[in-house]
Amino acid sequence: MTAITLNVIVQGVLTGLVYGLMALGLSVIFGVMRVVNFAHGEFTVIAMYAAFILFEVLHIDPLIALLPIAAVFFGIGYLLQRTLITPFIGRAEHEQFILLVGLATVIVNGILLIFGPDARPINLPYSFDSYTVGSLFIDKVRVLAAIAALAVAAALFLFFRYTRTGTAIRACADNLTGAGVVGLNVKQLYAVTFGLGLACVGAAGTLMATIADASPGLAQAYTLLAFTIVIVGGLGSMVGALVGGILIGVSEALAGFYIQPSMKSMFSFALLIIVLVLRPQGLLGRRL
Amino acid sequence: MTALLSVRDLSKHFRGLAAVSHVSFDVNPGEIFAIIGPNGAGKTTLFNMIAGAMAPNGGTITFAGEHIEGLRSDQVAQRGIGRTFQVVKPFPALTVEDNVVVGALMRTNALGEARKVAHEVLTQLDLIGKRDQLASSLTLPDRKRLEVARALATRPQLLLLDEVMAGLRPTETDRIVSILRDLNRSGLTILLIEHVMRAVTALASRILVLHHGAAIAEGTPDDVLRNPAVIESYLGAEAL
Amino acid sequence: MSGLWHNAGWHGKAIALLLLLAFLAAPLVSDRYLLSVLILVFYFAYLGQAWNLLMGFAGQLSLGHALYLGLGAYTATALWTLFGIGPWIGVFIAIPVAAAAGMFVGWLGWRFAIEGVYFALLTIAFAEFTRIGFDHLQITGASGGLFLSVNGPGADKWWNLGGGPLLYYYLSLILAVGATFLVARLRQSSLGYRWLAVRENPEAAQAVGINIFRARMIAMLISSSMTAVGGVFYGFYYRNLFPSQVFDISRSIELILAPIIGGLGTIFGPVVGAIILTPLGESLTGLMEAFGINAPGAKLIFYGIVLMIIISLRPDGVWPWLARHLKLDGARK
Repeated sequence: MTAITLNVIVQGVLTGLVYGLMALGLSVIFGVMRVVNFAHGEFTVIAMYAAFILFEVLHIDPLIALLPIAAVFFGIGYLLQRTLITPFIGRAEHEQFILLVGLATVIVNGILLIFGPDARPINLPYSFDSYTVGSLFIDKVRVLAAIAALAVAAALFLFFRYTRTGTAIRACADNLTGAGVVGLNVKQLYAVTFGLGLACVGAAGTLMATIADASPGLAQAYTLLAFTIVIVGGLGSMVGALVGGILIGVSEALAGFYIQPSMKSMFSFALLIIVLVLRPQGLLGRRL
Repeated sequence: MTALLSVRDLSKHFRGLAAVSHVSFDVNPGEIFAIIGPNGAGKTTLFNMIAGAMAPNGGTITFAGEHIEGLRSDQVAQRGIGRTFQVVKPFPALTVEDNVVVGALMRTNALGEARKVAHEVLTQLDLIGKRDQLASSLTLPDRKRLEVARALATRPQLLLLDEVMAGLRPTETDRIVSILRDLNRSGLTILLIEHVMRAVTALASRILVLHHGAAIAEGTPDDVLRNPAVIESYLGAEAL
Repeated sequence: MSGLWHNAGWHGKAIALLLLLAFLAAPLVSDRYLLSVLILVFYFAYLGQAWNLLMGFAGQLSLGHALYLGLGAYTATALWTLFGIGPWIGVFIAIPVAAAAGMFVGWLGWRFAIEGVYFALLTIAFAEFTRIGFDHLQITGASGGLFLSVNGPGADKWWNLGGGPLLYYYLSLILAVGATFLVARLRQSSLGYRWLAVRENPEAAQAVGINIFRARMIAMLISSSMTAVGGVFYGFYYRNLFPSQVFDISRSIELILAPIIGGLGTIFGPVVGAIILTPLGESLTGLMEAFGINAPGAKLIFYGIVLMIIISLRPDGVWPWLARHLKLDGARK
């Protein structure tokens, strides 16, 4: 493998980890509540703009802004679940779909109304720095974003494994009736879950803002990207979302470099089709 | 007399666990044959293999002289085997009549014809008064009879009944028993899985007892229910 | 349709006839703008019928119908522009092209038991894959777009769809009415009953002898073919095609709104949905202008909110509710 290919792959892995964090949010929401969040990319883009504003106005580094943004997103998610989404739990997929497409339409056009169609880059002082390891040149922002993404994912993983609330949410996902019977407050847990899903999105969007320029046009592409990753990795599998993110990140990077940047997502969709047909439960998902 | 349904050496295992192992039996034309056994004995698995919902790992199923093992369930239905589901599966958004019409459409493409068949069957099963209700609005006993009606509308030679009496009150059980007896008198062969023993003894001419996936006894109700192995494994356990 | 017609009460019949007469006569009193809105109403009613056949009847959620729309549009437009083959012949080539794509997607999905959200994502993936492919397909102008040739011999003749808005008005009306008749007829056929059974419970449907794979494939065949015809209309009406527009997921989404808002699995749902949604979008534009709001996103924000409200309040769609209140029989038919 040539040094340049290795370089492209490493870039892909790092970007992929941020993608993976975004997809993790989707996976948590679907895995627990079976709600297909078709406004996922739209929320990601809101977080990108939030990061952009905090940086432009208050000069807060996105790596720090990540925490307050994720916290606010948790709150948004919690409230959304409590108000808008609760009545749609267990309803037909197309009904949820219309609700969230409606929400996505509102979000994208709201952004368009406020910020206009132009892309908004965050120019960090270290935006063009890179680390040199042997023959590799790795962007500093990508390394930091990937590390932060891994840290958030790890925190979420620990939460689900070791806290009471986390265990209770997993119980809801496994057996909803059982969870209700043993007295878990399912509504509350669902709201927390949606909050956590959006917190992932908030963090991922903030990190994404350091490696891509915020623009309303990204929203739909990110929604599809998140779904692709989650299906490839396996719905409901947390590790699967990260692995899926890396795979898609690398495939995009390679296709973008060797073929054409505009054709990169074609390979992601091809990968999605192949995985759906050969292994519909995803690479790391449980049997359907 | 040649058997209508002939099961030979039928086996099914899930990841090494034998759900059904080397089961053989014959169902003769015109009889009511019952399969009993404790929960987890493999009754429904056996049933699903006959109905084509599951492919066996070994053995043969012959129906009216033709091998049907491994066929899809719609192909099995086309050959003349109707079935009900243990957990009822109506078409909830359709009316009772349309549920049965769908069954009747297996034998004809003419809607008028199918509707006529549906009316007959609904009358037979005492559901004709509810024909315009949505299936989702029916009570459990009605849904159970709707299952039977829909299967009957396909004009089967053999009817597979998977615990149609479970969860019913005794009066409702008696109602279904008498309906099934009438159907049998008109020439329909019935294979039933049942937990409700009073229904089994009232209906079945022969009984097969499954235990841990294997057949441990077969014969007339009197013979089978006096068999010590059966009493120990099944009735004894139930009596506790 | 005859069964439906008999089932409808006298005022149901009266309303249907009056509406049809009004639509037939509308060009006498409407200006160009109103005609263009009505053309869109009929266009979305038509596509809604096509999609509703697959989702509302056979129960399979496709979020990638832009694929068949785009293939239909590109095939007929390219045949005309590149080879001078007129749309009346082109449509018969466009149909098999789109239908083949539909059958392939269906075959891949249903053969491997991919259903629900998974199937929906498969359909999106194919549409997006094709969109990017066409973005790089030189013969149809790649991402630069394909423009309908208007200078060729006979380009201005009505038989080459070269006429003005009136031609497109009646053409779209015929498509919408024809599709409604076709769908009503199919619903009342044995095939229609089989579709409903497959939608309601595939396992039980199979147990009464229905080959569910075949039933779904037939639904896909008809639905993708009808959508391809809509695509041919799109190509000749708009006269330019860009992969990023015609194959985009937002095309797939906009064509499913009318049947869902109108009432999934009903015959008049797609029509009612189109009659509500298209003028809604247009009147929002008008409202914005009246208030002097010149903001590109504002209209769609309202549109999104209205969608959320309707699906929250009337999840079964507007038509079943409307039919109940107008005492029209056969609402669920």
